[in-house]
Amino acid sequence: MYLGRGVRRSLAAFAALVLVFLYMPLFIVIIQSFNASESAAWPPKRLTTKWWTGVLDQGGWRASLAQSLKVALLATLIALVLGTLTAFAVHRFSFFGRSTVNFLVVLPIALPGIVTGIALRSAFRELDVSLGLLTLVIAHATFCIVVVFNNVIARMRRLTPSIEQASADLGANPFQTFRYVTFPMIRTALLAGALLAFALSFDEIVVTTFTNQGRDTLPQWILDNVFRGKNVTTVNVVAAGVVLLSAVPVWAVQRLTDGGNSSGR
Amino acid sequence: MTTAMTPEPSVPPRGASAFGGLARFFDRRPRLRLWSFLTGPMLWLVVAYIGSLILMLSTSLHPIDEFTSQPLKSVWTMANFRDLFTGPYPAKILRTVGVALAVTIVDMVLAVPLAFFFVKVIKPRWRRIAVVAVLMPLWASYIVKVYAWRTLLNPEGGVLAKSVKSSPGFSLLSLILVLAYLWLPYMILPVMSGLERLPDSLLEASADLGGKAGRTLRSVVVPMLVPSVAAGSIFTFSLSLGDYISVKLVGGSTDVIGSTVERQLSTNLPFAAALAVGSIAIMGCYLTGVRRLGAFDSL
Repeated sequence: MYLGRGVRRSLAAFAALVLVFLYMPLFIVIIQSFNASESAAWPPKRLTTKWWTGVLDQGGWRASLAQSLKVALLATLIALVLGTLTAFAVHRFSFFGRSTVNFLVVLPIALPGIVTGIALRSAFRELDVSLGLLTLVIAHATFCIVVVFNNVIARMRRLTPSIEQASADLGANPFQTFRYVTFPMIRTALLAGALLAFALSFDEIVVTTFTNQGRDTLPQWILDNVFRGKNVTTVNVVAAGVVLLSAVPVWAVQRLTDGGNSSGR
Repeated sequence: MTTAMTPEPSVPPRGASAFGGLARFFDRRPRLRLWSFLTGPMLWLVVAYIGSLILMLSTSLHPIDEFTSQPLKSVWTMANFRDLFTGPYPAKILRTVGVALAVTIVDMVLAVPLAFFFVKVIKPRWRRIAVVAVLMPLWASYIVKVYAWRTLLNPEGGVLAKSVKSSPGFSLLSLILVLAYLWLPYMILPVMSGLERLPDSLLEASADLGGKAGRTLRSVVVPMLVPSVAAGSIFTFSLSLGDYISVKLVGGSTDVIGSTVERQLSTNLPFAAALAVGSIAIMGCYLTGVRRLGAFDSL
């Protein structure tokens, strides 16, 4: 194009530096999980796999992992239903306040986490609901709706409505059209939305701290141990595991959505 | 996408099932159909979420009982909001806004050249890999990334201190660095899609008219990117405004709105709520500002 070689080269060098900046901390986490030193002192003198092989015998984190999985699964299910319903309403109908619906869906993640956290906490207190699994699921579902909504509506905008009309013309009732025509076409968008919602919930910590009491989620467990400097080697393995696993939804969503709209948070 | 459309083997009979009857009933009543979609989500978002926000506002208007630290619901007062403008709080609020702005600027400076390289310089088939390269760190766990930076920055035995003999330690500067790191993908992605919408022919036209790279960048690329950068900045600004965990782990003695809210949560809920309402007001001002730049059209 019109760019000189010098400009291209410096842009490439800049991009490489930014990518190093983005990935270096993640590599450090993975290296540290193999650091043989009990206190994970840098630089590692010897590497070992013993923290990885022994991690299942360490308590604490497994209960937190179970809690995180439970919350993420339930929140995703609720977000899937509510997000899809909203996407259908916004896409299929024109009604007064349609743009407000868009805004309402984004609000829980557009506002700073402490705001959503405090608001829900005061509501739960007011209603005398004790903080725990239930309140966590409600809080997480609220900010996960947007991910499902974004994925489903992006897919629906790319579909041709004539296919559904053809189905109706051939005598299918709306439920049959949904079951045999619409659903197969949005299935992968639903799956992508669900994966991202799950990942978002699994990762969340700010709203979580405000709406949870008792059993920690996995991010809370990591924070707590990091802050107190406890269980260093176990924390390192769990952290590295979480980083490696987080690549799965990104990869899967890219496959499911042909690379479109996957920024979706 | 069309591959996902594998049809079911047989089309079911048109029988007058209960569903068919229900479908005909809804077919004649589009309003009812709309509400069958919207009632659930609206109950959740308006009644539960907006309701909670309103409740938070009302909580912020109560004083606390000095003995029990519980909100006194019978008394209404503006004192919590007056307190935001006295003592240490104005400085804290300004510092938080300053951090959020600094983070936004750092991210802008890093994201624009990177996105330009990904979209306009490298071959299109590499672009998808570039998107994944940006998305991976975005979805890697927040707490793990902050922990990684704690390992890097630790003035005693951290990676930087040991390897290059200098580290900003746990400080305000580190906080800005780490927040800029955390939210960088939120800036890169909208800028990339903004650049994808910028036709190459415009760049060529500028070159044909004698514009060198720098001039084209200044007069063509940057003005067209303002809405995308503004859209990305909503996230970098808002997420920085509400953060308190990075502050705790890498901010040293830095005190911001988020850490105050967390501390006051169990001792003075009304004041914590007032700070949250204040954050909404700051966000409101920010959104009004970036709306003029066209941020909402690029979200």
